[in-house]
Formats: sequence, structure tokens, C-alpha cells
Amino acid sequence: MIYFDHCASTPPYEEVAATMAEVMLRHYANPSSLHGEGAAAAKLIERARTQLARLTGTKEGSWRFTSGGTESNNLALKGAARQYRSRGSHIISTGIEHASVHEPLKQLEAEGFRVTRLPVGPSGHIDPDDVRAAMTKDTILVSVMHVNNEIGTVQPVREIGEMLKAYPKTLFHVDAVQSLGKLPIDIEGWGIDLLSGSAHKLRGPRGAGFLYVRDHVRLQPLASGGSQEGGVRAGTENVPAIVASAKAVRLAMEGMERRSAAMSGLAERLRRFIGGVPELRLNGGPPLAPHIVHFSYPGAKPEVFLHMLEERGIIASTKSACSSKEDKPSRVLLELGASPEHAAGGIRISFGEEHGEEHVAKLEEAILEAVSRLKSLERSPT
Amino acid sequence: MTIYDTIVLRYGDLTMKGRNRGRFENRMLQQVRNVLRSFPETAYWKTYGRLYVKLNGAPCGPVVERLKQLFGLVSVSPVVSAKPELESIRAAALSLMQSLDRPPATFKMSVKRAWKSYPHSSQEMNHLVGAHILRAFPELKVDVRQPELELKVDIQEEAAYIFHEVIPAAGGFPFGSNGKAMLLLSGGIDSPVAGWMAMRKGLELEAVHFHSYPFTSEQAKDKVVALAQRLTYFSGTPMKLHLVPFTDIQTAIAQSNQEHLTITLMRRAMLRIAEKLADQSGAGGLVTGESLGQVASQTLGSMNVIGRAASLPLLKPLIMMDKNEIIHIAEKIGTYETSILPYEDCCTLFLPKSPSTNPNLRVVEKVESNIPDLDGMIERAVEGTERIVLSPGADARLQTGEEDDWF
Repeated sequence: MIYFDHCASTPPYEEVAATMAEVMLRHYANPSSLHGEGAAAAKLIERARTQLARLTGTKEGSWRFTSGGTESNNLALKGAARQYRSRGSHIISTGIEHASVHEPLKQLEAEGFRVTRLPVGPSGHIDPDDVRAAMTKDTILVSVMHVNNEIGTVQPVREIGEMLKAYPKTLFHVDAVQSLGKLPIDIEGWGIDLLSGSAHKLRGPRGAGFLYVRDHVRLQPLASGGSQEGGVRAGTENVPAIVASAKAVRLAMEGMERRSAAMSGLAERLRRFIGGVPELRLNGGPPLAPHIVHFSYPGAKPEVFLHMLEERGIIASTKSACSSKEDKPSRVLLELGASPEHAAGGIRISFGEEHGEEHVAKLEEAILEAVSRLKSLERSPT
Repeated sequence: MTIYDTIVLRYGDLTMKGRNRGRFENRMLQQVRNVLRSFPETAYWKTYGRLYVKLNGAPCGPVVERLKQLFGLVSVSPVVSAKPELESIRAAALSLMQSLDRPPATFKMSVKRAWKSYPHSSQEMNHLVGAHILRAFPELKVDVRQPELELKVDIQEEAAYIFHEVIPAAGGFPFGSNGKAMLLLSGGIDSPVAGWMAMRKGLELEAVHFHSYPFTSEQAKDKVVALAQRLTYFSGTPMKLHLVPFTDIQTAIAQSNQEHLTITLMRRAMLRIAEKLADQSGAGGLVTGESLGQVASQTLGSMNVIGRAASLPLLKPLIMMDKNEIIHIAEKIGTYETSILPYEDCCTLFLPKSPSTNPNLRVVEKVESNIPDLDGMIERAVEGTERIVLSPGADARLQTGEEDDWF
């Protein structure tokens, strides 16, 4: 099997799994308990928090642990919007956000917030000038994803952050679930106030996410009933997953440049190959993430394509895993201006560090075979 | 985007007179060198009353943020450096104005010419540079009284420096230039602030904490370790923390059946222990976080009776400050969040219902003489003191030993 679905989830590092098991067996005490065992567990969480701050060059104590990227996004958006409602009720985001941003924004709209969703151009990027133009004196929050989870386009979050520095009462949230550990992010330098990440996207455990919250930014908790995580997330902490995700982030950050360069090389090769197959169409233009290649076979059902690849032992995916069970054209591709037919046929290949040229060669063969099988089934125009 | 290439550090010369100057300057340089170690690209040099840090690509914001916390510096300014020639100065001044996130509505030029052979006078330069800026910003107006922005040019022989921000720094004396003292660190809000203020006045500190396990918890001790650790951030050098076992003394005092004097007796015992530890480490004073009238033990009457237990000078930086002023500093130096963690320390234990605010020295001494073997217990507490050294980089609180592999 060749696993090309790293955007959906990644194979955990063995060391990470070992940490999970050891901490789970050894530190079962509740970190909020007053006895020494509880204190020891609490210490592990604080050490993980400090490690995250150091790895990301952020202020110590500025990270909150959550159950994953989805919760981080929900907490950032609803927590900030509800907390700062007295300042205004306008939110700016984009039309290509992940469902865990898209849906909470709909919920906030139902609560009376006004949301501007900026369009992307055909290459799949928003324009920082559009953000500036959409700003009103009522704007309390701007939320832009760093790397699109479906087509891999890198959004200009740095430029947007620099621009927003002139708007001190507007918070800037970045969904970095697909970019953390893949691309450099200068969280504080770029003026980011809230940043979401997920451990299992970088070979950490599932059920563990993190949210950067800039000093002095307050969030209204989603769940109440305890003062854990600085009062923004009640509930007994998942100590083994927290410790293991701190390790996963360290492993992801160490050698990030080298790994990303290697994946970029493979992605470039694959894009050149797909560009040479007339039936296929590449989606999204540069700048692109190092680990994602997305293409369409307009007119074909992507599941069929996927199953054909799977017969050759190759695992890929259609659109975002979180929405892939919906039988609808991709919201993201429609935003890019694709026809519904084109938008329904997306295939995503996402790489990991275990891949080399030989794996891409096998994938290319399998793609060619699938294309010719599909083509033979097409009714010739009459 | 920042366009600054250099940071100017000023250490004001009021504190720098006479024989001490050289010593202070060396201490200051040492501090700057310590801090810049985490920014290896940077280079620095000193001139009279100032230090210059060349960024060489290091990020301006974090370097300024770190430097302005150094004791002994009055202010810092990120600057654009240019050749000391009119055209270069004009170009640099213009690019600085263009780099601003929001251009001001009004401004004023302030040129200073330290290099007297520069061809134009300061007055002429104000006009020559100001006019150049005005041409590029048609909306901009000059206001010499209350300008929104003051664009400053400092012309030295080696370069001209253009800037508009003068960011206040921590002030005080370079760390360690005024000797060493022992800080009584409780885990509350006040004592870390007292420690920071003492360090700002050039004192090197060792800290002493009294713990009464099982009456106090491990967490209370961890909290103090975290606070002491935080203080090392400001000195940039390691700090010794003395952890004194206080359970026996506290129990004995509680058993003396003088409930209203419990705090007085406890504080006196603490001072006696701290003084012995100070003698051992060559510290010349005791620093406490007391603030007049804040609690029963901090009334004038109480302080009189408590203070007599020690003969070293008692330094009380917070004595005339209000609680909200103290909290403000605690937040600024990053100790507040730790201080308010809800773990009992030994000062809040055995808190009597009505502590004496005006104890009688003779009665107190009488009660002490009736506590069996108080002197012996004090000696044993000093002997049983555990010492840990906290270093600015390594977070002792987070060192979990065999568990390193998990991270």
C-alpha cells in the first residue's frame, strides 16, 4: 500500500505511540488533583505547553490544548466572536475555508453576526487588498486558512497579518492545521492572534489539537465546568495525547525544511506529469503547499478514479475527508470558478516524508491506467 | 515591515558618574552580551553613554522587547542608519516615514548634530530634511508644539541615525552592581515584585522559601520555583533558591497557644533563618514584599517587633505602594498568573482569627523563650535547607528527569 492521504491523517511516529502508551499507563492521575501524582501529571502538560511555545517562537503559556483542529477552530471563532461582540459584529473570512470554520461561521450568522466571505481567484488565493477593502469599523475578527486542505494553495496570511496590525481591535485567526510543521510560520511576527493546529496531521495522536491564543486575548469557552486550560476549555486534560503531540510537533519542526523540500520535489514532478495528460486538469496555482497535489478528471466520478487507484494499492482521496461523504461538487472548486462537472471530479494526493520517486512513479502508472480505462467508457459525442 | 537596522540603547549618565562608571558600563555590557546570545546575528559596540546593537537580520521587535527589560537602560530606539551626508539622511528619513503603518497627520523634525564638522547646522537640517518629507507627503503638516510624530536625526561622525520612537526601558542600575541580598519569596503576588524591584536597583539576589509539608503542597513549592525562575529571566544569570523545612517550627509556634501572635512569631523565626542563610552566602540585606498596612503583620507596630529579630538591613521596595500598583507590575513582569495559583503557602496556614496588629515585644520574646528548643529548631531548619539553582534558559519546573524521552 502506498498511502497518499496525509492531509486526512498521517501515520503516527512510533516514538509518539510509545509516549502515548507510557504516559497513559504511568500518569493516570487527574492533573487537577492536589496530590503529588496529580501535580506530576500537571507538570507534564505545562512542559508540553512550553515546548510548543519554544518550537513556534511564541510567548510561553500562549497555547491551549484541545481535542483537535475542529475544536480549535470552533473555539477560536465562537470564543472570540462572542467575547468581543460588544466591539462589533462583523467577521471576514474566505469562501474556501475548511468545514470547521465554514460551519461555525454559519452558526455565528444565525446569532446575528455578519460574515463577509472573500472570493478567491482562479488560482485559489484571496487578495490581501480584498481583506483591507472589506474592513469596517465593526470588524472584530478575520479568519483565513494558511494552506487549503483540499487544493493546497497557500494563502497570503503574512501580508494580511501585517496589514491588520493597523487595526488593533480586529483579531486575526489562522487555521494552520495543514501548514504547521510543513511551512514556516512566524505567529507573533505576522500579527496572528489565534492559530489552530492538529496533532494527527503531523504524525501525532488523534484527539489532540492546539490553539495559540495571543497574550491578553480572551475567549468565551465552548464547554464549561472546570477551569482547565486557562478557563477556556473545561474537562480533564488528555495527558498522554498532549505529551505525545508535543513530541510530534518537535519531530515535525526538526528538519521541516529538508522534508518540505523533498515533498515539493515530488509534488512538482507529479504536477508536470499530470499537466501532460490531456484528460486531467490541475487545480490551484502557486504558491502551493509542499505536500498537496490536486487534480480533476472532469466528468468522471472521483470515487471511481479513487477505486481504480486503490486496486493498484494506492490510497488517495477525493475532497476534504470531513466532507467526502457528501455527494456534492466541491465547495472549494466551485469557489475557484470550476463548472459543477469539473468541481465534482477532484482527486487529492498528499505526500508524507516516507515517499520517494519510486512511489510517485507507481502513482503515475496507476493514473495513466485509470485514465485510459475511464476514457474507454466515455460515450463518443454524436 | 521593519526597516530598522540598528538599536540604540541609552543608559543615562546620572547614575554613571565618577569611579563607578567603568564598573557600571562593564556590567551593562555583560548584560547586553547575555541577552544577545539568543540572537547570534547581532553585533554591538559602545560609545559614550550609549550602546549600539546592529541587527544584521535579527528580528527587530523581539530584540527590542528583550533589551528594554534590562536593568540599567533608560530607553531604547530602533533606528535607521545612514551615511552622515544630506542626501543619505533625507533618503533614510523618507523611507522611515513611508514604512509607518499609519502616517501621522502632523510631525516635527529634531536634528541633533553631535559631529560638529558636519556642514549644516541642526536648524538648517530641520528644514532640509523636513521639506523633503513634506514634498513626499502632501497631507502632512508641521506642528512643533504637539506633533503626532517627532522624527529625530542624530548625526554622529560614523553615521547618522534616524528614528521616531524612544521606548522607555526598565531603568535602575545594571544587575549586580549594588551587591547581594536575600529575598524572602512566598509565592504570593508581592514578593516576586519586590525581588524584581530589588534587582532593578542593581542587587543580585538569592531567594529563600519556607515550606511546611504536609501542611503545604508540592504545588506551592513548584509555584515558588516557577517565580524564582521567572526572576532569572530579568537578570540573565542563575539564581539560588533556598528551600527551608519550616514544619517543626510552625507546629511548635501553633502549640504555644498564643494564637494572636502566631504570625508575629512565625515571621520572626523566618527572619532569623533568612539572616543565617544570608550570612552563609555573603548577602548584605534581606528583601521582603511587605507593604504598609496590607495585613496584620505589616502594620508599623508589627514590623517593629518582627524586624528586631534581624540585624541586617530590611529592604522593603513595596512598602509605600498600593496593591493595584503592585499587581500592575506583577502583570508586567509576568509573575501575576503564577502568583494567583490557588495553593496554600505557609503564611496563609494557621492564620489566626484575630492576629495582633500591635504586638508587644516583651511578650513576644517571653513566648519565644517558652517554646522548647526554638534556637535548636532554627539551626536544624538552616541545616536542612535544600538548595536549587535556577538558570534562565533551563526551566527547572519542567525538568521531569527520566521522562525526557516522552518529549
